[in-house]
Amino acid sequence: MSPETPPPIEVHDLTVAYRHRPVLWDIDVVFPEGKLVAVVGPNGAGKSTLIKAIMGLVPLASGHVEVFGRPARQTQGAIAYVPQRESVDWEFPTTALDVVLMGRYGQLSLFGRPKRRDREIARNCLEKVGMAEYAKRQISQLSGGQQQRVFLARALAQQTRVYLMDEPFSGVDAATERAIVALLHDLREQGSTVVVVHHDLQTVPDYFDHVMLLNLRTVAFGPVGEVFTPENLHKTYGGRSHLLSEVTERLRQKEWIGRQ
Amino acid sequence: MNEPTELPPWLEFFTFSNVNVAFVFVGCVLLGMSTGVLGCFAFLRKRSLLGDALAHAALPGVCAAFLLTGTKNPLIILGGAMVSCWLGALSVEMIVRHTRCKEDSALGMVLSVFFGVGIVMLTYIQRTGEAAQAGLDKFLFGQAAALIDRDVWTLGILSVLILAVVALAYKEFKVFSFDPEFAAGIGLPVRTIEIILATLIVVAVGIGLQAVGVVLMAAMLVTPAAGARYWTERLGVMLIAAGTFGALSGGLGAYISYLSPKMPTGPWMVIAATILFAISFLFAPRRGVLPRLRRHFRFRRRTAEENVLRTLYLLGEPFEQWSDSYSTSELLQYRSMPTAQLARTLNRLIHKALVSEPAQGRYALTEFGVTRAARVTRLHRLWELYLTRKLEIAPDHVHDDAEEIEHILTPELEQRLAALLEHPDEDPHARTIPGRLQPGESGA
Repeated sequence: MSPETPPPIEVHDLTVAYRHRPVLWDIDVVFPEGKLVAVVGPNGAGKSTLIKAIMGLVPLASGHVEVFGRPARQTQGAIAYVPQRESVDWEFPTTALDVVLMGRYGQLSLFGRPKRRDREIARNCLEKVGMAEYAKRQISQLSGGQQQRVFLARALAQQTRVYLMDEPFSGVDAATERAIVALLHDLREQGSTVVVVHHDLQTVPDYFDHVMLLNLRTVAFGPVGEVFTPENLHKTYGGRSHLLSEVTERLRQKEWIGRQ
Repeated sequence: MNEPTELPPWLEFFTFSNVNVAFVFVGCVLLGMSTGVLGCFAFLRKRSLLGDALAHAALPGVCAAFLLTGTKNPLIILGGAMVSCWLGALSVEMIVRHTRCKEDSALGMVLSVFFGVGIVMLTYIQRTGEAAQAGLDKFLFGQAAALIDRDVWTLGILSVLILAVVALAYKEFKVFSFDPEFAAGIGLPVRTIEIILATLIVVAVGIGLQAVGVVLMAAMLVTPAAGARYWTERLGVMLIAAGTFGALSGGLGAYISYLSPKMPTGPWMVIAATILFAISFLFAPRRGVLPRLRRHFRFRRRTAEENVLRTLYLLGEPFEQWSDSYSTSELLQYRSMPTAQLARTLNRLIHKALVSEPAQGRYALTEFGVTRAARVTRLHRLWELYLTRKLEIAPDHVHDDAEEIEHILTPELEQRLAALLEHPDEDPHARTIPGRLQPGESGA
């Protein structure tokens, strides 16, 4: 945690487009180490896209991402990613423990099989999210909140220090919400950095240290106490900048393909 | 053919005395096994239609390879099939990327266009009179009996190769099929995995051409996997089950082909696979339709039993004693249900010693029956109270909900419910909620 240590995630001038339409504009942000960061903004603001861009899952129109000072491409596996629960088919024939074990796959050699130690880690991670007794349960038989906790346990099993979570609080029960909050606090105590796409504005000051207000571009980023203000929220949610939406629409019509 | 004793052909097959027959049989079993196993991943990724499109797309390649080289060497034919499969796959990707068509339309277009071109080429070859000797028309519906040694060797070796790749890359295929974005996030080469999976499907389609044919090849990829899914909740078991189903289907196709060499084998393999699917769909223990119907039927029966018990309980409740007996018409006044169903339900309750043997057609609860009836009544009233007190639903709306919920509450949920409501004595209609144990009863 010395000042020279490069930050866990640094995003430079990032622009992302879907089908010729920019969904993120010129994002510059440095996520500081050991903080819980909320990414907040209206629907379609590009929150999930930002997460996916950092993970290298969507093509960038411009800009780049650094993880601990190194290009994101070279650091795959350094960030644990918790996708939205709805992004997978929970009818897949597998158990909760098996899904958590997938968190270990990145550390195994190509074609290597999980060892007993990996199973132990997976089991511990299930326990940390209060799901130990569901290890053998078929995943389709879990409630939405339990499925979310399985996803979190899978990220924990990666044993990294940076976490990106896409709407982990969405549609979960109170028990799961408490479990996630406890987990976030544990992670912060261990010095981990956690970036969470969040939709519940009320809980932002309670759960998070930093907040990023996002609506196609960064409206504000900083400690919750400083930037989570009514004016900034109004800027984020009070209707999109009409000019910006009109320009993006024109870009789509002109089949814009990104810079350079 | 030089048997000392003459066996009927359908039995002689199983002596495998004809080496060539045994050879073809093993080849078809291996083919079925590898396509069955591989198909699981297409099935779980919801890409079943891709196999169909690729199989149809193989036909022009097969014809072109023959036209160019004039031979039916399996490797050359396979090469032609693979090239044209790749063109098909590429066309699908291009259409999806550059037009407004979604994947299903793209697959439909590619499938029919490639197949149409293939048929045109096939007709041309037939016109030139080479088809009889080439036997290319067998590629439409397959004919295992027409396989010769080098075909079977190619098919067998490539089948084993497919199985080996799946065994080796099981972990990678699994995580990729379940959650490709996560797989990319942990640094797995997802693009490569996707290409390998597609290549394996192309190879499977290519080697299945002669035995199964392009038209029905997709069924050998999809049907065993779809059937296997009914039996298990584990991917590993599913792969083994699908492999087994595929092997059985392949074996049957080869068998039919031996008995009736003019018969196309593909349709028979597909019929066998579909019968196995139907058996799975109907009888698989947890997911099958019949076991599910049986569970449903049992639940309905139990519901009827509990409703009759509760009716008898309500009739005795004003006097706080339940030794009085009631006729069926009295019961029906309180609880409307078909008379025949009431009679059947009462018989079952008598059998379970919850209702005593009728005296002059009148029925009463046994002591044990009172306990059970009290519990059902308790659950009903607890739920009504929960709805009115915690969910703030009007008391006159809650009865019908409680009618359903009373049958599914477990003792554990009952306890939590009672604790949440602070162990209440009265329901929203100011009737007493029976305690967990009836006074003077020993049953729990």
